[in-house]
Amino acid sequence: MSDLTTPLRRARGLGSAKHGVGHFIGQRVSAVALLLLAPWALWSAYHLAGRGYEGARAWLAAPVNASLLILLVLAGFYHGQLGIRVIVEDYVARRGSRNVLLILNVFVAAAAATLAVVCILGVSFGGGSV
Amino acid sequence: MSPHWQVWRPHITMAASILHRLAGLAIYFGMLILVGWIFALHAGAETFASYAGALHTPLGLIVLFLITLALLFHLANGVRHLAWDIGFGFAPKTADATAWSAFAFAAIVDLAFWFALAAGGRL
Repeated sequence: MSDLTTPLRRARGLGSAKHGVGHFIGQRVSAVALLLLAPWALWSAYHLAGRGYEGARAWLAAPVNASLLILLVLAGFYHGQLGIRVIVEDYVARRGSRNVLLILNVFVAAAAATLAVVCILGVSFGGGSV
Repeated sequence: MSPHWQVWRPHITMAASILHRLAGLAIYFGMLILVGWIFALHAGAETFASYAGALHTPLGLIVLFLITLALLFHLANGVRHLAWDIGFGFAPKTADATAWSAFAFAAIVDLAFWFALAAGGRL
């Protein structure tokens, strides 16, 4: 009798952590959100094309447009970050470079989304250099 | 080497799968262009004018054309993925047909979108 470890003790910690579907669900929920937001974005792009600086600022001054654009940016970078994560996990085998890329992926998405939200709110509140 | 290229016949669902990822990357790049546009809009008229000017060059317009093409394809193909997630569309003939539809949708809507922009004098 050399091992007093119970089978339960050996099994613990090796199974599912019960939150593996978080990525899957998040990708789908943001996909559905973007299914609504992306057509709005294309429609807006069509109306903004050729309207210049004043037209774009007037458009973003409308609370509905600013809100939807913030939602688009947040859902878009969240969804994109999840997608790039999968690509990195699939194709980058070396653990070191993979982890660096995964962290960089989160940082780039978070930084870009934050910058966008701050600038949208700035224009929306009448800020920035007019 | 797997799959064995000598006996491998490329098929439309495979193309859709690979291009879904590539399109996703292209859209991410497009999102960064959008953030730049928002930043320029906040920075002021001069910055905005030079940013919009860069997008209006032939190269900029080609990039935007391809990004909207990628967006429309990823959108349509994403609907296929969501349908699969709830259990529909797995039959090979259905999967082939929906893959072709996603490509056709992206090509037709993108051409219509840019034709409308050009015809409306918005470019």
